[in-house]
Amino acid sequence: MSETVQSLAKRFRTCTVTGIKIHRSAEQLIKVNAVVAIVCFLIGVLAAIGLLLTRWQAVHYLSVVMYYRFLTAHGLNMLIFFIIFFEMAVLYFAGPVMLGSRLPAPRAGWLAFILMVVGAIMTNVMVFTGQADVLFTSYPPLKAAHWYYLGIILFAVGALIVCVLFFLSLHVAKKEKTYEGSVPLVTFGGLTAAIIAVITLLHGAIIYIPTWLWSLDIMPMDPQLYRLIWWGLGHSSQQINVAAMVAVWYLLAGLTVGGVVLNEKMSRTAFVLYILFISMASAHHLLVDPGMGSAWKIWNTSYAMYLAVLASMIHGFTVPAGIELGQRLRGFTNGTFEWLRKAPWGDPGFSGLVLSVIIFGFMGGITGVTLGTEQINIMAHNTLRIPGHFHVTVVGGTALAFMAVTYYLIPLIFQKRVALWGLVKYQPYLFAAGISLMAMAMTFQGVFGVPRRHWDINAADSPFPVEFHPVVNLLQAIMAIAGILAAIAVLLYIISAVLSVFFGKPLTAEAINEKASGIPQGVLQLPNQSHNSSMVARLHKTGTPGTVVLVFIFLACFVVYYFVNWKLLTFLWKIG
Amino acid sequence: MSKEFHSALVSPTGVWWKPVHSQEKRWITISFIWCMVLFAMMPLWHFKGGQNPTGVRARVDPADFAERTERFNKEFQVGTEKGMPVVAPPPGADVYLLARMWSWSSVLKLKKDTEYMLHLSSADVNHGFSLFPINVNIQIVPGYDYGLKITPNEAGEFRIICNEFCGVGHHIMVGKVIVEE
Ligand code: HEM
Ligand SMILES: [Cu+2]
Repeated sequence: MSETVQSLAKRFRTCTVTGIKIHRSAEQLIKVNAVVAIVCFLIGVLAAIGLLLTRWQAVHYLSVVMYYRFLTAHGLNMLIFFIIFFEMAVLYFAGPVMLGSRLPAPRAGWLAFILMVVGAIMTNVMVFTGQADVLFTSYPPLKAAHWYYLGIILFAVGALIVCVLFFLSLHVAKKEKTYEGSVPLVTFGGLTAAIIAVITLLHGAIIYIPTWLWSLDIMPMDPQLYRLIWWGLGHSSQQINVAAMVAVWYLLAGLTVGGVVLNEKMSRTAFVLYILFISMASAHHLLVDPGMGSAWKIWNTSYAMYLAVLASMIHGFTVPAGIELGQRLRGFTNGTFEWLRKAPWGDPGFSGLVLSVIIFGFMGGITGVTLGTEQINIMAHNTLRIPGHFHVTVVGGTALAFMAVTYYLIPLIFQKRVALWGLVKYQPYLFAAGISLMAMAMTFQGVFGVPRRHWDINAADSPFPVEFHPVVNLLQAIMAIAGILAAIAVLLYIISAVLSVFFGKPLTAEAINEKASGIPQGVLQLPNQSHNSSMVARLHKTGTPGTVVLVFIFLACFVVYYFVNWKLLTFLWKIG
Repeated sequence: MSKEFHSALVSPTGVWWKPVHSQEKRWITISFIWCMVLFAMMPLWHFKGGQNPTGVRARVDPADFAERTERFNKEFQVGTEKGMPVVAPPPGADVYLLARMWSWSSVLKLKKDTEYMLHLSSADVNHGFSLFPINVNIQIVPGYDYGLKITPNEAGEFRIICNEFCGVGHHIMVGKVIVEE
């Protein structure tokens, strides 16, 4: 079976050498979407530096107006534009490229791209000219200029078209028999993301179109209803990110170490669980809102009894176990952890993958489930614990996985060698360390009651200034410095990606033979696995002991963190 | 685990609906049980725990709520501080606190270990009620009256920080609660 992996990788290579391009339009759309994604990432990261230096009150760099403007710009460009443009690239990859099929209606792909770019520019112009100081959630009755909402609508319509194109390309591939059997798991993950994206974008249409009309004074808007449906968009889109990220995890595991799929049935079922419970995701943003009752809150915040959490716990086992098995097939079978010690840690595709799994699972997952508990949310809502949580899910998890896969997309799609290879090897480590530490510093500040989205927590100009525990000052400094390290890692990534794509050395057959620098080891040398029957029988018996140890450590952390929070809750005033 | 190993980049052929390896099965079972524990904790806390965001919730016209708040302030006012009424409601009273850009309607004077019904609403945009340093956080949405029974468990001076963005004056929107023995 490993031949199939090899032949797949060879197909990318044959492209380079012989110039066969069955999916040229898909490739080009991948390129432009990825490039625009990176531009948005750059805007977001520059804004983040301003935010960090403002929230570090010893520096307090931005003025009050600029702080909220940069905050709006950061949320929008990161969470909406960067992530979704990148996901469009992932969809073109997971569909036409993975299946080796043509892209139906490439013009529609370009139309979608233009709509999305125009929408993103419109929205950004409104933000940076001060006509939309409403933060990216834009809760009415706060009102932005109507162009702002229209920009988002255009962007969403574009994204919807890309999803439809993805479905069509699956259909075409099936009809034209470009593959046998079922679609690969990576494509299945992409399909999950696309289906969730459609559900999400429908919520978006339901809320943004009326809000746009409201901004034109054509109809009224209920603030609570807005919050309910807006989060149907805002949170479901996080589930697109999770599904896309997990698909990228499986992809990178296969590319870097020949990671295998433990069980197709289980992994696919887990993806389906994501789809089924997605529209309930809105609830955990509204746990202390006046509009909904407790029964509604409990049922929905748990995504129907935590079955979506179960799905993540399944992937949390199968991804590392797939890596472990892949490594064991390569002969690293000694002890419990030889497979981990002898892994290609110098390959940013691999280190990025592993760090993303660890940060997302250990930090993001555990904090997310805990904060999303109806009662525990009382201690966390709108405090810095919330950004502390999502910077280790969508940033330390998704954004890191996307950066890691870029190091493979550059040779496989752009057919270039990765620039600044010597530095880039350390990029995932720097980013992971910076973002985790920043998120932890945010979380601890939140425990002391420090609010998010706040220009001056000491409220110097208010009738009643606030005196925080002195340790908060220290935490602010840690947050700012660690965040700046993460931002430097992102800038390094951006510079490397731009240099590689626009000025990079081409990936030629000679370069591969010579093992020239800038080619990740998974592209250089296909995972050399032995699949003889004695090996397979042995692995069936041992299974993945290393992963078993890791997941039980994870569960222990989860249980402790969860119940410590319940304990903390008992110290509060009685409330009900 | 299937008989032949393949990566996630490969189209699986034939029947891939195969039994799950015992290790994976054990993990999924334990995860499922843990998910049920997570789920059970929330309803359980409604019976056994003292902190729940249930409350008494109703739609309200912002002007009506403002009027109620004014009446409440007049009825129980015991002084002024920084131009704001200081209000000391009797035990068990309905307490009205109106958030508006960028202040709170009164300084509240409460008694320790005494229950009050605190009504929160907004005259304009969304605001956030964050009781400092206790760290109780409640969302305030205009047009909705969120009534919560609260029982202070220690004496002292507390702040109410607005923790939902409400415009450029958001950071000066701080109020005060005094709890006496
Ligand atoms: C180096 C990378 C990053 C750094 C240093 C960083 C830092 C920050 C900081 C300091 C805040 C402000 C918190 C506050 O004052 O309330 C913030 C907010 C936020 N960040 Fe990031 N961030 C980074 C990357 C990202 C990425 C990649 C995403 C999304 C994919 C993201 C999404 C957000 C969102 C949604 C907010 C909340 C905005 C709001 O409250 O309106 N960040 N970030
Ligand atoms: Cu406010």
